[in-house]
Amino acid sequence: MTTHFFSDTAVLLGRSLRHIARSLDTIITTAIMPIGFMLLFVYVFGGAINSGSDSYVSYLLPGILIITIASGISYTAYRLFLDMKSGIFERFQSMPIARSSVLWAHVLTSLVANLVSLAVVVLVALLMGFRSGAGPAAWLAVVGILVLFTLALTWIAVIPGLTAKSVDGASAFSYPLIFLPFISSAFVPTATMPGPVRAFAEHQPVTSIVNAIRDLFSDQPVGADIWTALAWCVGILVVAYVFAVATYRRKIA
Amino acid sequence: MNAAAIQVKGLEKSYKNLEVLRGVDFDVAAGSIFALLGSNGAGKTTVVKILATLLKADAGTAKVNGFDVATQPAEVRESISLTGQFAAVDEILSGRENLVLLARLRHLKDPGSVANGLLERFSLADAAARKVATYSGGMRRRLDIAMSLIGNPPVIFLDEPTTGLDPQARLEVWDAVRELAAQGTTVLLTTQYLDEAEQLADRIAILHGGRIIVNGTLAELKQMLPPAEVEYVEKQPTLEDVFLAVVGHQ
Repeated sequence: MTTHFFSDTAVLLGRSLRHIARSLDTIITTAIMPIGFMLLFVYVFGGAINSGSDSYVSYLLPGILIITIASGISYTAYRLFLDMKSGIFERFQSMPIARSSVLWAHVLTSLVANLVSLAVVVLVALLMGFRSGAGPAAWLAVVGILVLFTLALTWIAVIPGLTAKSVDGASAFSYPLIFLPFISSAFVPTATMPGPVRAFAEHQPVTSIVNAIRDLFSDQPVGADIWTALAWCVGILVVAYVFAVATYRRKIA
Repeated sequence: MNAAAIQVKGLEKSYKNLEVLRGVDFDVAAGSIFALLGSNGAGKTTVVKILATLLKADAGTAKVNGFDVATQPAEVRESISLTGQFAAVDEILSGRENLVLLARLRHLKDPGSVANGLLERFSLADAAARKVATYSGGMRRRLDIAMSLIGNPPVIFLDEPTTGLDPQARLEVWDAVRELAAQGTTVLLTTQYLDEAEQLADRIAILHGGRIIVNGTLAELKQMLPPAEVEYVEKQPTLEDVFLAVVGHQ
C-alpha cells in the first residue's frame, strides 16, 4: 500500500462512475428484473400466496432487494473483464500507482451503482403500496446490511471478472445468486416447504438477511436474525476478498 | 551518456510446459530505438511484460533505467510506460479525459494543461471532446502513444505499435516514435514488420526459439548474409532476407 492509495482509488473511481453516468442502462437493467419479479409476484401470484402479512409487497421487498444486488454485481465482473480485455488494466498496472486501487475503484463503483438501483426499486415498491414504520436507526441498519451484502457479492464478482475467458463467462456466475432468494423466506414462509428444501432455505444466508430486513422495515424486534445475517455477510465478504486478492496476485505476478 | 537503459541477462520464462524464453540477453543504449523482431508467438510480448513488471521471469535478471524489475518494481514503474499490443484507451471517455486520467494517476501538478499540450502535439485537439469509441484506428494509436508520454518516462515500451493500422496511420505512428527518440527517450519496440524495424531502429534483435539469435545495427545485420552468391541482378539484401535466412526459412 503506497501513499497514493486513496488519491489513485479516487481518480479511478471517478473514471468508472463516469462510465456508469454515460451508460445509465446498466442501472436500469439492474433494476428492471427485480421490479418485474415484484410486479409478477404482487399482482399475479400474490393473491394465492398466504404470507401471513397484510401487505405482500412489504413482505416481498427485502427479497427483491437481494435479487437487485445479485443482478447488479454482474456488471462489476463485466466491467472488470472489459478492462482486462482492452489492455487498460495492464496499462494501469505498469504505472506508478497503488496497484490495488484498480480493484477498489471497481468495488466502490459497484457499491454506488447498486445503491442507486436499490433506491429505484424501493421507489417503485412505494408506488405499489410498500409502507414502513421504520425509524432512521432501522433504515440505517437496513442500508448497512445491504452495503455489506453488496460488498460481499462484489468481491465474489471480482473473481470471474479477472479470470473469465468471455463476456458470458464473466456474468453467468450471478444466475445462481439471483435464484437463491427463491429458496428462502423471501417469497413464501419457509414453514410451507417440504423437509429438505425447508432445511436448506432456513440455513442459507438469504433467509436470515431477508428476515432481518423485514423485521427492521416493520418496526419489529429483529432478534437473532440480524446477527446471523451480519455473520453471513461478513463471512462471505472475508472469504470472497481473500480469494479475489489471491486471484489478483496470480494475475499480476 | 550511453549507459544501458535496459539490461537483460539470461531471461527465462515458461508457461506450464511451453518454454517461451530460454535465456534472452540484450542491452539497449539510453536514448536509442531498439527493435525486437520475431514471429507471432516468439515471446516478444513476454519480454515486454517482464520488463514492465507485469510478469515475473523464471530465471535471469532485467534492469530498466538501473532498477531491477524483480526487486525494485515501483522504481521501474516510475521510469517506464507501456503501450500494449491493443490500444489500451478508455473508449467511453473522451480523448482529453483519457489524458487527464493518466496525468492524474502519474500525480502530475496540472493534468489539464498536460493533456492540452499532448492533444496539440498529436493533432488530436479537434477530436479532444469526442468519445474515443468514435476515433479511427490511427487516432486511437496516437492517443495511446500520447498517453504513454505523460510524465516523460525515460523508457517507453511499444509492443507492436502498428499492428492492424493502415499505411497512413502507420506513418503517423513512426513519426511519433522518431520524435520521442529525438528527445532522448529510450524506445523498445517490438514488431513483426521488418520494414518497421528497418525504418526506425538503431539496433535490431531477432528473437527466435526463445533466444536472441541476432543483435546488431541494420548494416551489421545485412552483412550477415554470405556474399557468396553472385547474382547478375543488382539487389541489396533486404532485412526480410536476413530475417528469413537466420530463422531458417527456405
